[in-house]
Amino acid sequence: MKLREIAELLNAEIVCGHTKLEREVQAVFASDLMSDVLTIDSEKLLLLTGLVNIQTIRTSEMSDIKNIVLVRNKKASPEMIALAEENRIVIMQCSYSMYRTCGILFQSGLNPVY
Amino acid sequence: MRFEYQIEAGNFTNAGDASSGFKKILKQLNVDPQIIKRIVVSMYEGEVNIVAHSNGGKAICDVDTSRVLIQLIDIGPGIPDIEKAMQAGFSTASAKVREMGFGAGMGLQNIKNNSDILNIQSEVGVGTCVEIIVNLPQS
Repeated sequence: MKLREIAELLNAEIVCGHTKLEREVQAVFASDLMSDVLTIDSEKLLLLTGLVNIQTIRTSEMSDIKNIVLVRNKKASPEMIALAEENRIVIMQCSYSMYRTCGILFQSGLNPVY
Repeated sequence: MRFEYQIEAGNFTNAGDASSGFKKILKQLNVDPQIIKRIVVSMYEGEVNIVAHSNGGKAICDVDTSRVLIQLIDIGPGIPDIEKAMQAGFSTASAKVREMGFGAGMGLQNIKNNSDILNIQSEVGVGTCVEIIVNLPQS
């Protein structure tokens, strides 16, 4: 599924990476715990998280995660956006809860990591 | 080739700068992306540990044709029981560390899972040295 379609499904706002919305996503991982995110080895991954700080982006950089949706109406800081742009990471923001976001994406055919 | 990075205690804004810098070098050296990921995830876990638990330290990264060696050396309280620290779920992390998304007692185990060799030496009241080796494929 393309990021553009995910943004439409979640009624999400694109914060950065507007030119990368044709990027394909195959699987989704949802966590507020970066220690968990660092154990994931999956390509074309979308990270759903409500954790909003610079380490969310650093962890994604290290894990080669290029796509992030911030749930629960959390907002990315300017520092997060700058680091995401440097690493070609797309950030979206949506107002839905983690549970609702997961449900929509699962029902739409996106796979879990395990 | 040898690269050295200073790591500041308690500074979560800059935590990951060293691992990020070394990742860029590994990319320039055309190391396989899957291996880069194993190296930088290990290094980042160790770097966050230095930021979270020590009084400061450094990362020394040495690259040759057969392997990448990373030494994460800190000055600090040390680890009284390394075996216990390696257990999944064991953590002495502060609330601040947990707020940043870490401190779940998974870091050292994740370094072990991503590296070929992991050595930890620690002296209570002095500091800790975590040595990580990831082998590079021979062509």
